[in-house]
Amino acid sequence: MRIDFQATVSPGRTRLALMSWRGRAVDRDLYLTAKKIYHLRLEVVLSKTLFDKLWHAHRICAVEDGADLLAIDRLLLHERTGGVALKSLAENGYTVRDPSRVYAIMDHIVSFRSGRKRNEARSPGGEAFITETREMAIDAGIHLIDTDHDEQGIVHVVAPERGIVQPGFSIVCPDSHTCTLGAFGALAWGIGSSEAEHVMATGVLRATKPPQMRITIHGPLAEGCSAKDVALHLIAEHGAAGGKRCAIEFCGSAVNDLSIEGRLTLCNMAVEFAAYSAVIAPDEKVFSHMRQHGLEHVDHPLAQAHWHALRTEQDASFDHEIEIHAQEITPQISWGTSPEQSIPLAGTVPQDGASQALQYMGLKRGQPLRGLRVDGAFIGSCTNGRLSDLEQAASILKGRKVPAHVRAVCVPGSKSVRRQAEAMGLDLVFKQAGFEWGEPGCAMCFYAGGETFPPQARVVSSTNRNFEGRQGPGVRTHITSPAVVAACAVAGEICAPVDLRMPEKVSA
Amino acid sequence: MPEPFICHQGIAAILMRDNVDTDQIIPSREMKSVSRSGLGEGLFAGWRYTRPDSRQPEPGFVLNQPENAGASILVSGENFGCGSSREHAVWALQEFGFRVVIAKSFGEIFHGNCIRNGILPVSLPAATVDAIADGRPPIRVKVSLETQTLSVSDKPGSEVPFELGAYPKRLLLEGLDPIALTLSKQSEIESYLRQDAESRPWVYSAA
Repeated sequence: MRIDFQATVSPGRTRLALMSWRGRAVDRDLYLTAKKIYHLRLEVVLSKTLFDKLWHAHRICAVEDGADLLAIDRLLLHERTGGVALKSLAENGYTVRDPSRVYAIMDHIVSFRSGRKRNEARSPGGEAFITETREMAIDAGIHLIDTDHDEQGIVHVVAPERGIVQPGFSIVCPDSHTCTLGAFGALAWGIGSSEAEHVMATGVLRATKPPQMRITIHGPLAEGCSAKDVALHLIAEHGAAGGKRCAIEFCGSAVNDLSIEGRLTLCNMAVEFAAYSAVIAPDEKVFSHMRQHGLEHVDHPLAQAHWHALRTEQDASFDHEIEIHAQEITPQISWGTSPEQSIPLAGTVPQDGASQALQYMGLKRGQPLRGLRVDGAFIGSCTNGRLSDLEQAASILKGRKVPAHVRAVCVPGSKSVRRQAEAMGLDLVFKQAGFEWGEPGCAMCFYAGGETFPPQARVVSSTNRNFEGRQGPGVRTHITSPAVVAACAVAGEICAPVDLRMPEKVSA
Repeated sequence: MPEPFICHQGIAAILMRDNVDTDQIIPSREMKSVSRSGLGEGLFAGWRYTRPDSRQPEPGFVLNQPENAGASILVSGENFGCGSSREHAVWALQEFGFRVVIAKSFGEIFHGNCIRNGILPVSLPAATVDAIADGRPPIRVKVSLETQTLSVSDKPGSEVPFELGAYPKRLLLEGLDPIALTLSKQSEIESYLRQDAESRPWVYSAA
């Protein structure tokens, strides 16, 4: 028989937490039984993190070499990296073990042109990704949210809308931003296409438990700041590798105060911090979001009991801890070609800025970003393409107009977001301000060939990556919040919303 | 299945930058079909060619330098392979002929993708990587996965150990198919699912 303990060693005391006994994850009753039978004399405490609990709830058994077999509750696929997994699965002679748990959603390559056709891609050759993924998804019998489906959108926007992610679920997708979904208290992480194939064939994954990090964000957020600013500040402060491949738990009063959409943004950016995954303990905000989306079992006593246990216990320890005081964070914007190269909007390019990044971005050390002419603006993506993001941008755009030299594009994250925005008249605000109003998808978050901003164009973007060429060859991307994107777009230069003059009256 | 990785010796190309992301390794515009192959030509396309629409080699880029011809080991900085989860980045490196990537640290998903495709990711302390990168090309490096050591060929005493988890090590050494390994655990999976369906019934009804 095997008993697993987790040891926390600190000067003066050693704590042992009983993790599993007779092959089962330990809850209080099991612990008491074990203690009674074996007269455990050790100081045994039950102090587990939220991540420990999620991991253990899905742990089928240990396999060789310290890896665990984890049950996967949901698998999401998109046409860019999911199609190849479906193809490989078929070629290797496997079938999907449980098609009811697998969702193919079209988002990466689909055209965002208003009135797009069913197979229309935004890049040359992209049509094949859409049509082949569709055919293979139908053959495999998995759920398909196709380009013309009423609920189509970016996987990480659609999953919470449709109840595909729920607290306590394990959910994976061959997409790095899958950590977004940890905002619901789910074990959510990005995988490769081969791992997606593994999940389809077996319903499980082999994984080695990562180290853990807690990031406590003390609130409140300063005026004009959002989850995006917190994320950029964190990455700038600790580096793009600062998450050390850890499972990160975000907590603290600022996190509690964030809306569901703000939490999704925060967890989304965790991968830019080199995190394995991100998670936030589910609370009443999550449950009421689920009720609003028609999930009937939300108030089922068994589910409630399960979900209320999804929190880190007081004594639990982490491999790494970071504390942030949100009040000190001001609106952020990136200057370079990694999210870690971000500064306060009012700041200047650092004196030690990497020369490759400076050269690519056409900037000099010590130069202020404020006042730089912008050529493009994009609002959308799995980071900031939800309704509240569009509302914040629209509140700045109302009564203002983008100058002629700026190409401005807004692409709602999903059809549902688009419908709600249109019901509120936000589409008119965007269009009157001179924005293009697109059909849902990943759109200009990344370049995949085809039409985009011209080389050397300076683009402010509500997306997650400012890598070289991310939005097109030579395109200079500055990532920031949707509110700042809107302000820069109408000013025609980098600025903060507070810098804008009062809008002139516009005729209806 | 990938061929087993036991040891490898080859020319190391130095790409000393931090945060080399998978968009740089294989730009999305180079992913032209639903396939794992045909990606080697697009490897580092943005840096390797003079223009996005051409195949004219950029002479300054490390892989275009004659002394690095036939390089099979890539050396880079912190957080190599961060960004998009696209396994295409690893398939592109593989098709080009790389078998080992040495870096100061790796993006998590990229690291896993390497293991699944028979490429050995070696994480080493920054100073050790810098010391390797300081050599005069062509730099020949020898890597043994069995002993978990790496050395620079013309530098006596340059042997350094490296860490790799037991599970990824075995997958690489034996070139195993993880799906087949997992399917041998069928009864454990079945029994978990039976219990789980009782304790979390809502997971078993599709949204």
